[in-house]
Amino acid sequence: MTTILYSVTGLLLFVFGLFALIVCPHPLRKILGGNVMSAGIFLFLVAASYRADTGEIDAVPQAMVLTGIVVSVCITAVALVLSTRLQQAADQGARRRRKRRREEDAGE
Amino acid sequence: MAFADSWIVVPVFAPLTAALLAFLVRRASFFISLAAACLSLLAVAVLVNRFLVNGPAAYAVGGWDPPLGICLRTDGPALIMLVLTAVAGVGISLYAKGYFTLRIERPSRVGRPERQERFFWPLWMLQLTGLNGLYLSGDIFNLYVTLEVIGVSAAALAALSGKSASLIAALRYLLVSLLGSMSYLLGVVFVYKTYGVLDLGLLQAAAAPAPGVIAAMALMSVGLLLKTAIFPMHFWLPPAHANALAPVSAILSGLVVKGSFFLLFRLWFDIFSPVLPAAAFNLMGSLGAGAIIWGGVQVLRQQRLKLLIAYSTVSQLGYLVIAFPLAFAGGSSQAWSAVLFMASGHACAKIAMFMSAGTIMLHAGHDRIRDLAGIRAYLPVTAFAYAAAGVNLIGLPPSGGFIAKWMLLITALAGHQWLWAVVLLAGSFLATAYVFRVVAQLFVIPPDKPVITRRRAGLLEWPALIMALLSLLLGLMAPYPLRLLEAGQIVRTAMTMGGGP
Repeated sequence: MTTILYSVTGLLLFVFGLFALIVCPHPLRKILGGNVMSAGIFLFLVAASYRADTGEIDAVPQAMVLTGIVVSVCITAVALVLSTRLQQAADQGARRRRKRRREEDAGE
Repeated sequence: MAFADSWIVVPVFAPLTAALLAFLVRRASFFISLAAACLSLLAVAVLVNRFLVNGPAAYAVGGWDPPLGICLRTDGPALIMLVLTAVAGVGISLYAKGYFTLRIERPSRVGRPERQERFFWPLWMLQLTGLNGLYLSGDIFNLYVTLEVIGVSAAALAALSGKSASLIAALRYLLVSLLGSMSYLLGVVFVYKTYGVLDLGLLQAAAAPAPGVIAAMALMSVGLLLKTAIFPMHFWLPPAHANALAPVSAILSGLVVKGSFFLLFRLWFDIFSPVLPAAAFNLMGSLGAGAIIWGGVQVLRQQRLKLLIAYSTVSQLGYLVIAFPLAFAGGSSQAWSAVLFMASGHACAKIAMFMSAGTIMLHAGHDRIRDLAGIRAYLPVTAFAYAAAGVNLIGLPPSGGFIAKWMLLITALAGHQWLWAVVLLAGSFLATAYVFRVVAQLFVIPPDKPVITRRRAGLLEWPALIMALLSLLLGLMAPYPLRLLEAGQIVRTAMTMGGGP
């Protein structure tokens, strides 16, 4: 019974994350949405590692979760760096535009 | 014997080591990367040779057996893709050296090309690691890991040019590829819950209709289609490929999209084909038809050379997916050969095209098609390479594209699937239109143009020409890949008849 609860929660998290990843416009929210998605999958995997018939724990899904967490951390890091760079580029562009406008004003 | 078996790890570990070393030893990064690319080419040649003698091989890395260990294996289709990746790897490495040397000599902003080159080599080697790992892996979870390695390094490569447009495109690329691999991973979990195995060979034996399988296949297919940029999920591809540096565009368009497609095709035809309904194959076919037509029309509307080539990738990828319903009707082995010819022909041609576009952009300073008239006078080799690669996209003999389209057309006509045949022909027509639109500009020298002597850039021009000629002459080399595929099949039947290895 608890396994089903965990599985359903995991799938719900996946769907919530998917929704955020597609709908939210801000990059940070998208990245967080991706993280929620992967957390959902990991919960689903952990629930899958319990064998109801024997009561044993299967080691393979747990190894998959560990690998998955490492991969997810890497992707989050790269995505955060990219979005920071993007923000810097946007700031720089805005500053340059402001400066040019000020120079034009001074010229007049 | 054990030593000879371990050649199989070289295509993965040589580029991985090179990626780390190139990051640490900045001065020698080009030579380290070139050495790794050549070493993997050598290893792939050894693997092909061993495959023709001994048949498919499997190797458990570090002596750890599956399911917890990592198992690498070779078979016919994987070897063909490995050969393609290794040859293209050497070509792209040489071109990238020429590209960065010229950029550093004449920088638009001081210091920027040096920084780009510093990060290019480690990322490119990481990309090569991921691709070779994808073709060699025999386990659907390890395949997920290689997909992520490919996705992360591809997004980082796409961001290298540092312009704000390419950063936006790269972030979108990364998020799309994250979404695709998450969907694939959820599918993997469903498969594991249903069958209790992850190994491709064991799955093939276990595949039987079960409630979870359709859901699993739907999730994995959507994820992989998104990563392969099949219409209507292609929206991220043109900006990411067109705004990247030229060698990066060649890598992304030629090699990266083929990786996820290869996995998709393998899942559909090697493993789950008995489980899937015919309607699913037709759905894939209509996606392919949509890609060919929509992509082809979009190509004709482009004003910039690199965007034009990127949209032509969207269109050409459609041919790979339209093979699904035809392969379903015509049997798997014919389909494998058609798809592999299409994939390798397109990879070589697209790499050559992006290389030529990069050279043209470096010399002309822009890539507006309208203003490129008479480029042939300055860069004759590059213009010829572009035209030769175009021949493959149109599908004229003796190119690889011709063999692939011919096989697909024959299957479509033999199976009375007229609709697919019409789409195939219409796609060739559109390709002719968009190839000649550029080629006509490049080759016709306007009378009022002053005569300027030819510019020399050996490393920029010759790799492009060689890749273009490879795609053009692939049809003449057709017997060799076919022999690889057949050798795999004979060994497989012998194995099943003999009751296992």
